[in-house]
Amino acid sequence: MSILTFTIILILGAYLAGLVGSLTGLGGGVVVIPLLTLVFHVDIRYAIGAALLASIANSSGAASAYIKEGMTNIRLGMFLEIATTVGAVIGALIAVYTPTNTIAILFGAVLLFSAAMTLRKKNQEALTEGSKWSARLKLDNSYPTPNGLVNYKLKNIGGGFSIMTLAGVMSGLLGIGSGALKVLAMDTTMKIPFKVSTTTSNFMIGVTAAASAVVYLQRGYMDPGIAFPVVLGVLGGAFTGAKLLTKINPTTLRWIFCIAITFVAIEMIYNGLQHNF
Amino acid sequence: MNQKIESASLHEKDVEKTVGKLLRTGVIIASLVVLAGGVLYLKKFGGLARPDYHIFKGEESSLVTFNGIFKGFFTAKPAGIIQFGVLLLILTPIFRILFSLVAFAIEKDRLYVCITLIVLSIILASTFGGLNI
Repeated sequence: MSILTFTIILILGAYLAGLVGSLTGLGGGVVVIPLLTLVFHVDIRYAIGAALLASIANSSGAASAYIKEGMTNIRLGMFLEIATTVGAVIGALIAVYTPTNTIAILFGAVLLFSAAMTLRKKNQEALTEGSKWSARLKLDNSYPTPNGLVNYKLKNIGGGFSIMTLAGVMSGLLGIGSGALKVLAMDTTMKIPFKVSTTTSNFMIGVTAAASAVVYLQRGYMDPGIAFPVVLGVLGGAFTGAKLLTKINPTTLRWIFCIAITFVAIEMIYNGLQHNF
Repeated sequence: MNQKIESASLHEKDVEKTVGKLLRTGVIIASLVVLAGGVLYLKKFGGLARPDYHIFKGEESSLVTFNGIFKGFFTAKPAGIIQFGVLLLILTPIFRILFSLVAFAIEKDRLYVCITLIVLSIILASTFGGLNI
């Protein structure tokens, strides 16, 4: 295969990854790793480098649109970024000592978890009674709904912060945004309405990924020949996805995606157990 | 009193809008640089066989250090230009934090100035701590 053919096929694949990633809210990185390793037989370390870039591109691109709508809670994002960046740096450090097959198996497990999370019952209720720490840290806020601004409060700040640290570790170790874990922390633990938790999670992914991306760049995980088609493809896909999202019903799509991602996860775990990475 | 709250939240909305614009501009500039490097890269190497990506070798030093990447960019080496775009992409969210720091300082929100400084120092520590690998 020549470099030109490889580039063209990879741009198309990355475009699909960005499209699926933005429609499901999981980000482009989750699809980029299996695409590169299982389809193109690229070493998982190069794939992780490329996936981190895809996560940053996807997050920064989509965040600007969500912020405009007033959904993102910037203070909450900033506060939780303490947890995710510490986690991400730890994750990137552990990665050096983790065998690539273990990383592949772990990645498969996170994929299965993400698939389950996209089908979960979403938290629509806004809390009217928050915890003391939520008020002290100025995390209570409001968000726009069809019926006007709705105020919401938070609870279990400590619990949410701990899960966020774990999300950061996974993000640094596997090169993904860990959107599913972030939403678990905000939506399920801190009881934030899901529109706020999804957009704030997306907003945080860029900074979390950047914290470990520098480490990976310096370790030589980022190859220009892979980075260039992945970044451009994922960005294109993410922009199309953001436009499509208002027109189509994502429920059917979520189911298709869940089934597909379950197969990919099993494939990653199987290959990891067979020491194919 | 009411007016005061309104103007405060108006100011906050402006800050949020600027954060959004900053992120979008960063991504667009980074991807244009990556695109330019990519076109040059394909022009020069497009006909060659694909490198052995299934074996991890890591990148050469000109593509992993700040100095190396700057040098590659200014001497118009295709891989160096792509890597410079990659660097801009990674820096975009970091610039967002810097901007938030200034915005919280103007709002005299000391708590969030501290929180933002913590996040910033973690990222800078990871950047400069790993430099000599």
